[in-house]
Amino acid sequence: MHNLAFDIAHLLAGGLVLISFMMLYQDRLYALLNIFAAHAVVLALSVAWQAFIQNAPHLYVTAVIALVFKAIIIPVALHRIVKQLGIHRDIETAVGIGPTMLAGMGLVALSMVLMLRVTGAADPLAREDLAFALSVVLLGLLVMVTRRNAVSQVVGFMSLENGLVLAATGAKGMPLVVEISVAFSILIAFIVIGVFLFRIRERFDTVDVGALDEFRGERR
Amino acid sequence: MNAASDAVAWILLIPICAAAVLAALPGYRLTAGLNILASFSTFLAALSLLVIARPQPGQYLLVDDLNIVFIVLNTFVGLTTSVFSASYIAHELETGRLTPRYLRFYHAMYQVMMFGMNLAFVSNNIGLMWVAIEIATLTTVLMVGIYRTHAALEAAWKYFILGSVGIALALFGTILVYMAALPVTGEGQDAMVWTVLVSRAAAFDPALLNVAFIFLLLGYGTKVGLAPLHAWLPDAHAEGPTPISAVLSGLLLNVALYAVLRFKILLAANPDAISPGPLMVTMGLTSLLFAAFMLYRRRDIKRLFAYSSIEHMGIIVFAFGMGGPLANFAGLLHMVMHSLTKSGIFYAVGHIAQVKGTQRIANIRGLTETHPALGWGLVIGVVAIAGLPPLGIFMSEFLIVSSTFARQPLLAIPLVFGLLLAFGALVLRLTSLAFGEPRGSAAPAEASYLPMFAHFALVLTAGIYLPGPLVVWFQHVANLLG
Repeated sequence: MHNLAFDIAHLLAGGLVLISFMMLYQDRLYALLNIFAAHAVVLALSVAWQAFIQNAPHLYVTAVIALVFKAIIIPVALHRIVKQLGIHRDIETAVGIGPTMLAGMGLVALSMVLMLRVTGAADPLAREDLAFALSVVLLGLLVMVTRRNAVSQVVGFMSLENGLVLAATGAKGMPLVVEISVAFSILIAFIVIGVFLFRIRERFDTVDVGALDEFRGERR
Repeated sequence: MNAASDAVAWILLIPICAAAVLAALPGYRLTAGLNILASFSTFLAALSLLVIARPQPGQYLLVDDLNIVFIVLNTFVGLTTSVFSASYIAHELETGRLTPRYLRFYHAMYQVMMFGMNLAFVSNNIGLMWVAIEIATLTTVLMVGIYRTHAALEAAWKYFILGSVGIALALFGTILVYMAALPVTGEGQDAMVWTVLVSRAAAFDPALLNVAFIFLLLGYGTKVGLAPLHAWLPDAHAEGPTPISAVLSGLLLNVALYAVLRFKILLAANPDAISPGPLMVTMGLTSLLFAAFMLYRRRDIKRLFAYSSIEHMGIIVFAFGMGGPLANFAGLLHMVMHSLTKSGIFYAVGHIAQVKGTQRIANIRGLTETHPALGWGLVIGVVAIAGLPPLGIFMSEFLIVSSTFARQPLLAIPLVFGLLLAFGALVLRLTSLAFGEPRGSAAPAEASYLPMFAHFALVLTAGIYLPGPLVVWFQHVANLLG
């Protein structure tokens, strides 16, 4: 039983890393949003599995939040925003797909080497979880820096946050996990969609962050 | 015992209740007054912590010698900024840059931010501290974007993205600390309580603790504005309302610094962990040198002082990285002096930008002739921030430099070089701002000079005479920091 529990947790966490990779090469916003929804579903499954094997019922709350909020509400809302703004064409990537994928592989290798080396003493399940979680976090960062579109930067941030939730649930008995995941959801809902996209659309008629660059730096 | 926990509760309850009330109330005069009143009572509650007995550290809250310094400083600058903000906002309403609806939002956010910062200081739980810093950051993001101009939105977006990345890395570091504590303290709440962590840190896995500290330093370091991660700071300072620039520089950077210090103490309690000193020294020096060079090319007055904040945070982190009683003492003193001076400068700059109608340095000249009080205020502030005697920053910089010379003479060379470079840039800008042929509007300023001169008076007093009990107390805290 222990082995099965370990294998399933491993499978789900590994799946999360794989889906993070899939995000790197999406060049359409709709596709990116769908992939993100899948990311959230796998996260929800993984958290639920952790809740089951750790016997920690409060983690089911986090799983439900991930499923309802991140896999359904946010992608649907972003879909609508993208549609309203008419920006469902290509994503402008700042870096080509090839180098991005290579960088992604480098980051995953880095996090594996780093985390597996320093967590030698920890419980093997938590250890692998942490290594995968760091990979997801770093890949999320990579999505954020290689995209110039505000919507895809938000998606990158949310996938990064999924990695953090994975790490927090993997750490056995960590307090405040549910609170943190709720806080993050509120953060995303409130700030990103409510305020920024609204304002950016109002002012610029575009959500391409590149358009904002014109105003940056020193006023001359 | 009871009175003490009450005082801690008041520090948190007053701002959060005030925020709820201010969000509901209309009218400028009433809300600005209430804002000042709330900040004042929070300050009183913080002061009372100095005299009454401390509460026992609980699972969530903690008051010790280290954080009282921060809390009192925080609430004091919060109070003076609320006074400055009242006169600043009145002008913004007249010119129509702020609408009454946004004013309500602004005041509520101001108090929520004070709540977040105070909570970060008194929290004894590393998870709670993270949440509090997150709250404080988010509210400032919203306030930076409040003018809704192109530049303000870009600044807020950049701040939001970089701030989120920083906060995410910090959370990962927090989780790693929990993982390191897990085998020693067992599962659950205890493994996140800072006092428990410190008392048992010697038994933690050093490798895990090292990695955790690097994440925490990068994460919270983003908020401190350390050099490779500082990109949000100048924009956020320049484009938001000036009271927010004042609290950003004077307070929010300190909150993040405080978090770094807490984890530094934790690391120092483990004999096998890496010493955090060299990392902090490197980041501090990089920030100092980088900002000193950047100061020369600034054309926007608020950006100029934002880069000066990066420079001074670099000096402070450098001092704490050096460690030892003298350098820690100097770092602590420098932090207090910098908070007071920099927010004082921003009070002056806010009014200057309002009367002149511009933030461009080239369009502001001869301030001492057209607006003597503001002009000379700015002169005092810049002289103080550049590190000239007899003001307080001279003393702390002198201590930092001399302690560095005594222990690591090679490190002192880039340090002194950076200080002189920044000094040159600031004096260069000051001469054109304050003296020469007046340029721009000479309309009289409706300013409140009290907060600005109160800050400068304190800095001057500290430069000439530091009261004995204060010195003893700072020395004690410096020893605590290891």
